[in-house]
Amino acid sequence: MATDTEKNEKAMTMQLINKYIPDNPLPEGFRLPLSNDSEAEEFFINIGPQHPSTHGVLRVVVRLDGETVVEVVPHLGYIHRGIEKMAENQTYIQNLHLSDRLDYLSAFFNNLCLCMTVEQALEIGIPERGEYIRIMISELQRLQSHLLWWGVLGMDMGGFTTFFYAFRERELINDIFEELCGARLTVNYFRPGGSSADVPDTFIPRVKNLISALRKVLDEYQTLLNRNIIFLERTKGIGILPPETALSYGCTGAVLRGSGVNYDVRRHDPYSIYEQFDFDIPLGKTGDCYDRCQVRMEEMEQSLRILEQAVTRFPSGPYRSQPKPTYKLPKGSYYSQVETPRGLLGVYIVSEGETKPYRLKYRSPNFSNLSVLNEMVVGHKLADLITILSTLDLVIPDIDR
Amino acid sequence: MMSSVEFYPVNNPIGDLVRSIFPEPVAVLINGLLALLSLMALVGSLGAVLIYLERKVSAHFQLRLGPMRVGPHGLLQAVADGIKAIFKEVLKPEGADTFIFFLAPLLPVSAAFLVLAVIPFDHHLQVADPAGGVLYVLGVSGLSVLGILLAGWASNNKYSLLGAMRSGAQMVSFEISIALLMLLIVMVSGTASLRGIVLSQQGTLFDWWIFKLPFLGIFAFVMYLIASTAELNRTPFDISEAESELTGGFATEYSGIGFAMFFLGEFVNMFVSACLVTTFFLGGFFPPLLGVPVIDPILSLIPGFLWFFIKAFAIIFIYMWFRWTFPRVRVDQLMYLEWRIMLPANLLLLLLSGLFVAQGWAG
Repeated sequence: MATDTEKNEKAMTMQLINKYIPDNPLPEGFRLPLSNDSEAEEFFINIGPQHPSTHGVLRVVVRLDGETVVEVVPHLGYIHRGIEKMAENQTYIQNLHLSDRLDYLSAFFNNLCLCMTVEQALEIGIPERGEYIRIMISELQRLQSHLLWWGVLGMDMGGFTTFFYAFRERELINDIFEELCGARLTVNYFRPGGSSADVPDTFIPRVKNLISALRKVLDEYQTLLNRNIIFLERTKGIGILPPETALSYGCTGAVLRGSGVNYDVRRHDPYSIYEQFDFDIPLGKTGDCYDRCQVRMEEMEQSLRILEQAVTRFPSGPYRSQPKPTYKLPKGSYYSQVETPRGLLGVYIVSEGETKPYRLKYRSPNFSNLSVLNEMVVGHKLADLITILSTLDLVIPDIDR
Repeated sequence: MMSSVEFYPVNNPIGDLVRSIFPEPVAVLINGLLALLSLMALVGSLGAVLIYLERKVSAHFQLRLGPMRVGPHGLLQAVADGIKAIFKEVLKPEGADTFIFFLAPLLPVSAAFLVLAVIPFDHHLQVADPAGGVLYVLGVSGLSVLGILLAGWASNNKYSLLGAMRSGAQMVSFEISIALLMLLIVMVSGTASLRGIVLSQQGTLFDWWIFKLPFLGIFAFVMYLIASTAELNRTPFDISEAESELTGGFATEYSGIGFAMFFLGEFVNMFVSACLVTTFFLGGFFPPLLGVPVIDPILSLIPGFLWFFIKAFAIIFIYMWFRWTFPRVRVDQLMYLEWRIMLPANLLLLLLSGLFVAQGWAG
């Protein structure tokens, strides 16, 4: 109960400050009052927009007392491109390539989500092979994204070597993508009704090769970083996110599951043919950085499991149904969501019956995951802020859009 | 006035030659100059060698090849980088303290340079051998932390200041551990002269202090490695540079030759530290199996200074191994490690060694 009263007090203080201190002496966005402690030596420091650890043009203003973080305020918008506004002037097919540029590490998921919305509106079915392609590519993308996250996590914590180890396997996946659609990052691959092209003959052998390669190295990764005593000391008990807070901020993905909330769109609101696959949803216990890391490491194992099942059952047949140059959505609003490597991505389309959307809204997982940052870092050291940012696994263009 | 023989007790043929040609006062001067010049050459070439080595070692740890373009296997990369650094514009941030800002990069290199003067590379390769050599080393190496502190303070940048404060706290703390371990060696070997310490380890490798001091030697060696890694600001203790947190730490605002000097200082200090480990624990310039029939004459064909360099570079490789394997510790964890673990352990070690010496078990 004590924490509840404390929270209420904090909320009331915030309201009072906003109401009675119009000329707040603190920089924009800071809410906590100045410290009463005369010993406190507070100062502000900008992490970003150009900083090695924000992984993009994110600016986080940190209020520090010595090395201890008092409060952080993220400033967004440095890479705002108006993608949602642009979407209103482009057809649905043209919009697919724009969606690549939201979260470039889950470009396939962005394509997929948009396609699913269009399919839902027009009631287009997908051939079985098309569904298998979708699931396999999605899981490959999840692996690729998590590998990059793992490599960068090590780098953020001061160990460069992990980065190169992760990239060794990530290249295998990128090669598959390159062969598939000619692009490694901004892929523009899925289409309403299936995908733009069938998979090449080498696809299945390459995936098999990747599965065997990754199975071997996942344990090596654990040895290199995740079982290191310094890593454990740096992540255990750091940046604890209680499940209630995670839910109230709308966190999804590994951030939410690290806090022990069992929610995965693939399982709880299944799309495509995920019901036909057997996989577990890894969960954390305490919601600290270590749990988030282990959830992602475990998710890689699960993605491999899905891939293994898909490889053995991969059907032949058509890969796309009802291809059309443009799609005219009937009047109304449509929504669909997928589980990207970072969490729940939703696409909401309002159509006036034209070939272009009247309004297109992306619900990006990164925005919600970043919002919770301040709740997690307060009281920790500056170095922990970087670790926490890294375990949130943010992709900044997805936040600003 | 002191004779040149007293001033430079360690004779070598070149020194003798100079003394035979020139009268006494001039010979002191010329010998001193020659010694300093050779040290400068050593520092200059070491910088290039160590930077190349680090890049290659890190590359092979990371499944890469490292520099390959400039010269065969990238051998001339360090030269190219040096030339680039010299020609780059030196920027000074607005509001920086000009004098201190430009003085700071020189201090770490100077510290390394001064310590190198007392390192016994071989029987006859030592610039000076003061009786209190260990004390001199301790005193002089403090200059390098001063350089980093001044750089952080003068840069007028919050990142630099944070880096400098971290580094100051860290290096001052770990210097205590290093001093205690040095004291241990001084106690067991009975001399504070670096040459004397090496001479006290004459014999096979089991006469080196790492093995000669039963059990404790190994502990002392490992602790010295940890403490010196922290003193060198290298991963996992590189919190003062911490590029993922503080962008560049104390060196954020430095460019061109100022940055190159910090870089050089860092690498030469690493060599100095490896030299000290070699001197204290690994028998300095002695071959590993001195006095063993058949093998020793063969090993002794390799001159002493080469043995010294082989050992020192092995230690340097360990430092690099640390750096490219471990993540970084946090600032409070570092302090905890020193004050709550290392310092009590060191004191206990010192106590036990005292007991060993009193009982006559130490060698």
